[in-house]
Amino acid sequence: MNKIKSLADLKKLQSEVQSKIKLRENGDNPENLIQIKVSMATCGIASGAKDTMNYLIEELDHQGIDAIITQTGCMGYCYAEPTIILTIPGQNPVVYGYVNKTKALEIIEKHIKLNEMVDGIIPVAYSTIDNK
Amino acid sequence: MVEYNMHILVCGGTGCKASQSELIKANFTDKLNEYGLADEIQVVSTGCFGFCEKGPIVKILPDNTFYTQVTPEDVAEIVDEHIIKGRKVERLLFIDPETKETVGDSKGMEFYKKQIRIALRNCGFINPENIEEYIGRDGYAALGTCISEKTPDEVIKTVKDSGLRGRGGGGFPTGLKWELTRKSVSDQKYVVCNADEGDPGAFMDRSILEGDPHSVLEAMAICGYCIGADKGLVYIRAEYPLAIERLKIAIDQAREYGLLGDDILGTGFNFDVEIRYGAGAFVCGEETALIHSMEGKRGEPTVKPPFPAEKGYNGKPTNVNNVETFANIPVIINKGAEWFASIGTEKSKGTKVFALAGKINNVGLIEVPMGITLREIIYDIGGGIKDGREFKAVQTGGPSGGCLTKSFLDTPIDYDNLVAAGSMMGSGGMIVLDDSDCMVAIAKFYLEFTLDESCGKCTPCRIGNKRLHEILEKITNGNGELEDLNRLRMLSNVIKDTSLCGLGQTSPNPVLSTLDNFYDEYLAHVTTHKCLAGQCKALMHYSIDAERCTGCTLCFRNCPVGAISGEKRSPHYIDQSICIKCGVCIGKCKFDAVLIA
Repeated sequence: MNKIKSLADLKKLQSEVQSKIKLRENGDNPENLIQIKVSMATCGIASGAKDTMNYLIEELDHQGIDAIITQTGCMGYCYAEPTIILTIPGQNPVVYGYVNKTKALEIIEKHIKLNEMVDGIIPVAYSTIDNK
Repeated sequence: MVEYNMHILVCGGTGCKASQSELIKANFTDKLNEYGLADEIQVVSTGCFGFCEKGPIVKILPDNTFYTQVTPEDVAEIVDEHIIKGRKVERLLFIDPETKETVGDSKGMEFYKKQIRIALRNCGFINPENIEEYIGRDGYAALGTCISEKTPDEVIKTVKDSGLRGRGGGGFPTGLKWELTRKSVSDQKYVVCNADEGDPGAFMDRSILEGDPHSVLEAMAICGYCIGADKGLVYIRAEYPLAIERLKIAIDQAREYGLLGDDILGTGFNFDVEIRYGAGAFVCGEETALIHSMEGKRGEPTVKPPFPAEKGYNGKPTNVNNVETFANIPVIINKGAEWFASIGTEKSKGTKVFALAGKINNVGLIEVPMGITLREIIYDIGGGIKDGREFKAVQTGGPSGGCLTKSFLDTPIDYDNLVAAGSMMGSGGMIVLDDSDCMVAIAKFYLEFTLDESCGKCTPCRIGNKRLHEILEKITNGNGELEDLNRLRMLSNVIKDTSLCGLGQTSPNPVLSTLDNFYDEYLAHVTTHKCLAGQCKALMHYSIDAERCTGCTLCFRNCPVGAISGEKRSPHYIDQSICIKCGVCIGKCKFDAVLIA
């Protein structure tokens, strides 16, 4: 590590390393942030859910959108993998199927940024214990 | 840079470390490697989370899951269930002792709801051994701004305006102390961090140094800039190995990054920090004694003035602040004096860290705004008294403080209110007592501590406390007389008035406050020779109820001194001259036949 030689250098390093712990800061206030859960069971991973997840992390970070992306287990929609659940604060969660990188980008551009639903929504066929 | 999509924070404070948290972290690393997830999930050893009662703690982010009392064997299940399948491991979640409901994340826990973490902001959040994580949390930004853009007078004004008072116990305004040291003229000045934490039950300074050592170093450098010092010394007790280790790592990293040493951030400001070890003498928390100890002399206090601000370490102007005081400084600079002053009461600003211990459900380290009531701390944050017993008193301020009773439960806590109530803030130890505690014995316990820790330099402290202790011993042994209570009070006042330093001047406080608040208990000890709480062994009398005793011989067989005799199937008998009142017979008897009077 080279020495930090000025306040500007310190601020530069600060913005570089901030992302290392941003996830922890965001994780402390999950209810105020966009949350995406990527289904990562065997079928999901086989269909490329890992790529989708990494793409979502990179693209949202690149665009400066604060969001929490986590992996989850099998959601039961094995036919439509990779699947994701998108929760915008204050709205009901939406499940999307067949989310490859192109679809992921479309979801970011339209649903997350403009609040417009896009094709590929899977109607939720079950209740979770959270709603009970 | 590696981007992690999940963080597993494992508490690395002394308490959790003693409960195998290092092995837990190692198991996580191994298990994640097995699954090939090491590049996606980061395992971090952090400082203390504060909730020591339920340690070791493991927190998983971003889903903010708070696992308690995790064992190394639980790791595989957490990885398989939570990490891989996204299902929380229910049995490891916190169960609220009041509602009996499972609470999944720390935000829902009563323990954290009323806390505001300023001094502890990074404890349990960052890896204390990684300077970059600290920098990512605005670390060293306050130092950078001060030395690049502000004059020392401007910084001192900010500290003064914030209303920050010394967190070591005295409560002296920090900004004023800095200003006095700045005004002293000398070719050499020093900044000293007092990390000699000695109060029984207090561990906040240790936890800050273990969990966030850089915040203390940064504040010391800011102080150095303000008073005109280029040298900082941390006086820490050698019994704190983990804090020392993390401090050393932090100093090395700060030097490596150019944040300590010569020409910091190209401003021409020089500042470096060294560590000095103390042998763990309570009196060395007093600043003049601390300075003597650092100079290699006996840790004995001297009369003030001269104050260290004029004549301190090596006869040079020295500013001594406590760890927690320093930990507040960077936040005050970053967020402004007004922000800090908006928290707390009129004369006590900001927050205070307390080490909550004793007969309380949630033992741990808490940081609360000044002005919070004892009731909120004990019942809301602390989860109430253990085993459903009744609250009796809370001892604040360690051996220099006093016991507060039920009538003070709704008093807002700050420096002045605690003194008015007959106790003090001290460094923040808070020991909760229930109805099974004998207050005479508690006063004796604290006096034993001060007796051990007295440096012996002045007569009132050396001999006076010894005599006080003898009188208490006499009372708890059942030989007390009514006149002893007056003697206790008179001697206590003499010791308070004539001792040389704070240790002696405050040592009779536990005696005086228990005499004031629990006079009945003292009276019962000396007049009827009874200990109302049933704690003083010498005043207890064990006997066997002949009607209930079945002659099963269990007590007879287990008595360690052979005080019990009797034939099989006929009532037994305890010989009072042999009985040592150990209580084994009570534990063994299945028929509740052993009576205590």
